Amino acid sequence: MKIDIILAGVGGQGILSIATIVGYAAVKRGMYMKQAEVHGMSQRGGDVQSHFRLSDQEIASDLIPMGKADMIISVEPMESLRYLPWLNPETGWLITNDQPFVNIPNYPDFDQLNAELGKLKNKVVINADQIAKDLGSARSANMVILGAASPYLGIPFEEIEAAVKENFARKGEEVVNTNIKCLRAGREFAEKL
Amino acid sequence: MAKTLFLGDEAVAQAALDAGLSGVYAYPGTPSTEITEFIQNSKQGREGQVHSIWAGNEKTAMESAIGMSYAGKRAMVCMKHVGLNVAADPFMNSSITGANGGLVVVVADDPSMHSSQDEQDSRFFGKFALIPFYEPSNQQEAYDITYAAFEYSEKFHTPVLIRLTTRLSHSRAGVERKEARPQNPLHIEENPKQFILLPANARVHYRTLLGKQEAFENESLNSPFNKYIDGADKKMGIIASGIAYNYLMENFENHQCPYPVLKISQYPLPSKLIAKIVDECETVLVAEEGYPFIEEQVRGILNRTGNIIGRLSGALPRDGELNPNLIAKALGLPDTYGMPIPELVVPRPPALCVGCPHIDSYLAINEAMAEHGKGKVFADIGCYTLGALPPYNAIYTTVDMGASITMAKGAADAGLRPVLAVIGDSTFTHSGMTSLLDCVYENTPVTVMILDNSTTGMTGGQDSHALGVLGEICKGLGVKEEHIHRITPLKKDHEANVELIKKELAYEGVSVIIPTRECIQTLSRRMKKQQAAKRS
Repeated sequence: MKIDIILAGVGGQGILSIATIVGYAAVKRGMYMKQAEVHGMSQRGGDVQSHFRLSDQEIASDLIPMGKADMIISVEPMESLRYLPWLNPETGWLITNDQPFVNIPNYPDFDQLNAELGKLKNKVVINADQIAKDLGSARSANMVILGAASPYLGIPFEEIEAAVKENFARKGEEVVNTNIKCLRAGREFAEKL
Repeated sequence: MAKTLFLGDEAVAQAALDAGLSGVYAYPGTPSTEITEFIQNSKQGREGQVHSIWAGNEKTAMESAIGMSYAGKRAMVCMKHVGLNVAADPFMNSSITGANGGLVVVVADDPSMHSSQDEQDSRFFGKFALIPFYEPSNQQEAYDITYAAFEYSEKFHTPVLIRLTTRLSHSRAGVERKEARPQNPLHIEENPKQFILLPANARVHYRTLLGKQEAFENESLNSPFNKYIDGADKKMGIIASGIAYNYLMENFENHQCPYPVLKISQYPLPSKLIAKIVDECETVLVAEEGYPFIEEQVRGILNRTGNIIGRLSGALPRDGELNPNLIAKALGLPDTYGMPIPELVVPRPPALCVGCPHIDSYLAINEAMAEHGKGKVFADIGCYTLGALPPYNAIYTTVDMGASITMAKGAADAGLRPVLAVIGDSTFTHSGMTSLLDCVYENTPVTVMILDNSTTGMTGGQDSHALGVLGEICKGLGVKEEHIHRITPLKKDHEANVELIKKELAYEGVSVIIPTRECIQTLSRRMKKQQAAKRS
């Protein structure tokens, strides 16, 4: 089994915690993992991406070849589209938050942006910010996104839940529970589509 | 042994600790910063009392590491590629004296310039210094090579260089560790001439170094990190170094390449293996991350045969990072592509954070400079370089660490008035102090703004040597006290700040203005920590 994921967002939005959690679950299953991150200048509010690769066989490249990614997981809608050249045009899935992060003056028109997302064959477009806020933790939108991506990851949901628990354990039970709720809400949303 | 997930940088750090490291010396610089941070946060490092406090700059770091090596202990010095320019003097000369305790120099190059001003290739420095050097292809090799590099250094009494590139430094994978070795005891070199580079001694040492070259190449020939992998189809052969090897193998089912492949991760280049692949194959593709370092040597300046292809021939791009697709194209394999980026997607360049003190500094600078026209603000390396972008468009130059003040001086010498230098607190103590001294020495009419956010911001908030001492330093360097000002870069102080800058711009001498307010990132991290402490 092999899963290649592009994680996308804006510097500071916490895309790396998604990778940490899925990586933890994958490594626990004995899978190989490679994850290329962006550090440094781009983290200052610029576009950031991470190439995240899981496989039951050894992985050669730290970067995913173009057109070969199984998934784009994005916490920002415009950023999700930036990586379409990497997505497998037949079988790839795009999972994204639909809430724009506007920190540039020429951010595209929201309706046009949604129209572009609408053109894609396999997609989950979700208002993760609202769901997370309703569940009492606006900061956990990334867990909603992870939940929405979880049906396509090929890793049993319980194992992802366990990894979320592990990841937030030192922040206390309340934080763990909120994040699990957000994860489940995201999953339910994706399953209903 | 179970595998641990490590960034390439972290694998280097863990290997150094396991190899019996006594001290790491470094100045933060992307993509090398995480090596030192890992050691700072390591329990093993603390228990072994491994030195890991940041150095003032790469030169002081290199010299401290050399000193620790001369005292018999194992030392590592880490920097980004341009940091090696700063450290070049001690680096080059350490190859002449040789090492005592293991001395490993780790340099992280940044091809494609993700966070840098150039993409220079540190392998040239390795060759220049005539020392052995490595280029790991993956995280496990980053570990194994670092571990081996200390042994190599002690066996041949030579500093050893490890060249990383961004994608390896900042990519995570599982790594298997080796047994931890104890640190070295103190040990003084017996030869009293070994570390004194008087010309008479240096001539002897240089010949010794030249004499070691054959042994170095022999080590490369027999290195487990260099591999000749035979292939049935001799129409093509591939020399792939460092991380380029992974991009090559990505293109083949089960990582089985039909052509012979020479994987290079240890230098100097093993000429016998190069000869073998060139003799056996019709065409040889050289795939390397960075400059065409190997390709140029193999094909030679005359390019007589024309059958060595790579970045120089145009088979691969001359600049920028490689990736699996570029290698596929060079091999004539079908290229893959997903879907085009919709036109409405616009660039999202990095920007100063909301609430960043530099924003207020630039707003004040722009207003004070408005009447003087463009081309008079000389800036430096750091978050404030982002003042080059809209809406500020505030600066005229950014070249290298500390250059702002001396470039402003040169422009003032040329007759430009008024000139303003913008430099960060950490960059100032890195290499701005001697620049300021030059200005004081001639009483050059420059206004220097040292933006003091009390941290090394761009690399993630490391401690700054300048903390709390900037005014004293400037006074000590001879700037007149009445021309040293601390101001607060806040909206409410904007008008007063503009007036002060204007006043000092009119002064025909050296003045220093220090806008002081903590980096919004380190501040919010500190507040969160305090809140967490209160809760528990």
